Amino acid sequence: MLSAESKEPYIAAFKQLRVGGALPGPAWLEQLRQAGITSFEAMGFPTLKNEDWKYTNVEPIAAQSFAQANGEAKSIVGAEVFSRALIETDAPRLTFINGIYSAALSNVSSLPQGLRLGPLAEFIDQGDTAVAAQLGQLARPEQQHFVALNSAFLGDGAMVSLAPGCRLERPIYLLFVSTSGARPVISQPRILLLLGAGSEAKIVESYLGESGTAYFCNAVTELVGAEDASIEHYRLQQDSDRGFHVGTLAASLARGCHLTAHTVTLSGALVRNNVRMLLNGAGAACVLNGLYLADGKQHVDNYTLIEHVSPRASSLELYKGVLGGAAHGVFNGKIIVHKDAQKSDARQTNKNLLLSDSAVINTKPQLEIHADDVKCSHGSTIGQLDADAIFYLRSRGLDVAAARSLLSFAFASDVVRRLGIEHLRQRLDEYLVGRFGAW
Amino acid sequence: MLDIKNLRAKVGDKEILRGIDLHVGAGEVHALMGPNGSGKSTLAHVLSGREAYEVTAGTVTYQGKDLLAMAPEIRAREGVFLAFQYPVEIPGVSTTYFLKAALNAVRKHRGLEELDAMEFLSLIKDKMSLVEMSQTLLNRPLNEGFSGGEKKRNEILQMAVLDPILALLDETDSGLDIDALRVIAGGVNALRSPNRAMIVITHYQRLLDYIVPDFIHVLYNGRIVKSGTKELAFELESKGYDWLKGEGATAL
Repeated sequence: MLSAESKEPYIAAFKQLRVGGALPGPAWLEQLRQAGITSFEAMGFPTLKNEDWKYTNVEPIAAQSFAQANGEAKSIVGAEVFSRALIETDAPRLTFINGIYSAALSNVSSLPQGLRLGPLAEFIDQGDTAVAAQLGQLARPEQQHFVALNSAFLGDGAMVSLAPGCRLERPIYLLFVSTSGARPVISQPRILLLLGAGSEAKIVESYLGESGTAYFCNAVTELVGAEDASIEHYRLQQDSDRGFHVGTLAASLARGCHLTAHTVTLSGALVRNNVRMLLNGAGAACVLNGLYLADGKQHVDNYTLIEHVSPRASSLELYKGVLGGAAHGVFNGKIIVHKDAQKSDARQTNKNLLLSDSAVINTKPQLEIHADDVKCSHGSTIGQLDADAIFYLRSRGLDVAAARSLLSFAFASDVVRRLGIEHLRQRLDEYLVGRFGAW
Repeated sequence: MLDIKNLRAKVGDKEILRGIDLHVGAGEVHALMGPNGSGKSTLAHVLSGREAYEVTAGTVTYQGKDLLAMAPEIRAREGVFLAFQYPVEIPGVSTTYFLKAALNAVRKHRGLEELDAMEFLSLIKDKMSLVEMSQTLLNRPLNEGFSGGEKKRNEILQMAVLDPILALLDETDSGLDIDALRVIAGGVNALRSPNRAMIVITHYQRLLDYIVPDFIHVLYNGRIVKSGTKELAFELESKGYDWLKGEGATAL
């Protein structure tokens, strides 16, 4: 069982960093870090008794001791990594190795006007007022164990700010690579995305773990969508089979703002994705589009919380999972429609394909509706490959493996089709063909 | 080409084929008729290797080989093709992608070069005109949202592309209006050749006005109770199946 001691190394590390002056910063940041460690000290790691963590045991994370990254092992990153991370190398890009910014592996030359893009620490150092005003406002340390931990050690990460009316033609890629160190490394990047009124952007966070390496990545993203902004956010994860990953996206959408949030988890020993959407203005709309694959002993947990605060907002959620081996998948989709959110339209679907007898899925829709004039629906399915379809394909000459692979690909494909970046659709299709072909 | 001897098969505990004997020569078209539940579709599925059916006795020799020993995909690659009565809808896989994968699996087995995308497209365009199928269907997910007629056209298109030696058409006429029936029958007739045998399974004589068989067999209660030439179809049309049930009983 999780012991109270599991949080001690983090508290000790915090004190040490404090004393050593390794985490300098303005007073507001000091306060945020202090709030983080105070909350984490009070809560520790979540246990199965916590309703939101009922099916995910984080003991493997809590029991392991991780070292802070010190910037070693950068040399292993080359062009091959960009390709594996599915990113376009000629687009604007920030690269972080074990959470540490690498200027050499980033591409911030000739950025379009109206776009501010760079490592978060630089903006903090420059006394950026927007960062000071927003950081920690959406992802708050209270109640959220891993946001608290991330906030306590808040150092660097990515910052994207788009001026009102600015429309980006190319996607922005934020690449986070976890590699080996002397000891398993922890990285806790913080990402702040500020999208001005009427702006348009596609922002891709790609997380990649060096295969066979143990590490813990605890990333927190805050996204502020101003009025009528149109945003596509992507979270791609390819963690190693010993890699732990907790990712949080906390977003707030103002009036008329549209956000599509894609969450694609391809691998990892233990992965938890938190998506928290606040539909905070009339007519705001979000689309949540999720795909998760797991096999072997991998564990992947998707937690989504959509809060309809304002009237006439809509949310459309589709998450699909393919689980094989002895993998364990979790989907927990919570929708809260607040009292004043009349004419809300919320639709949620979770579909799961189990490719083996030992794979497990826990799927749990939760609707809390406090308004009376709303449209809400949810549905979840768990199934296996259709025997009739397998026979149909075999009767045309495909062998069993090819038939299963094609049908698994087909199952995942409607999530892939929704990706708004052609490059990602193609690369993900190629990945899935290879992955299912070898499954 | 195809020799079926004393074939018996069951689903669960229920015996459906109770001793089928049938010889089909190269280039011949055989029609298999009979009332519902007589075993027509079961025979087609057993020949194509459906695992739900268990063969309990008998032999099937196809081109000198033991057909029953082959996996379904090997039968397909060896030239056996089943046009399904109810083609399966497969969302997420385009007809083009599926058919190219199938054709290349078959070609590889036959020692032929796999076709690239361009070669495949020109082949398929040629074959589509056979069944008057529109190009847009090719890019849509396989059979998803296709009308009954479109699904059956797609089956015949697949048959044309995969170029089988033995084609089994399972109630290809069911659910078709007369215009669609005419088009599909035209496609099937265009595929008749001295090297290709066909077994056409139908409940109604109507289809046989368009696809004229060389031989007709009537299945009843898991056995062939009557065989003849195309004139037999007219007799069935006027008398129904009831008069044959007595013949089935004598065969017991």
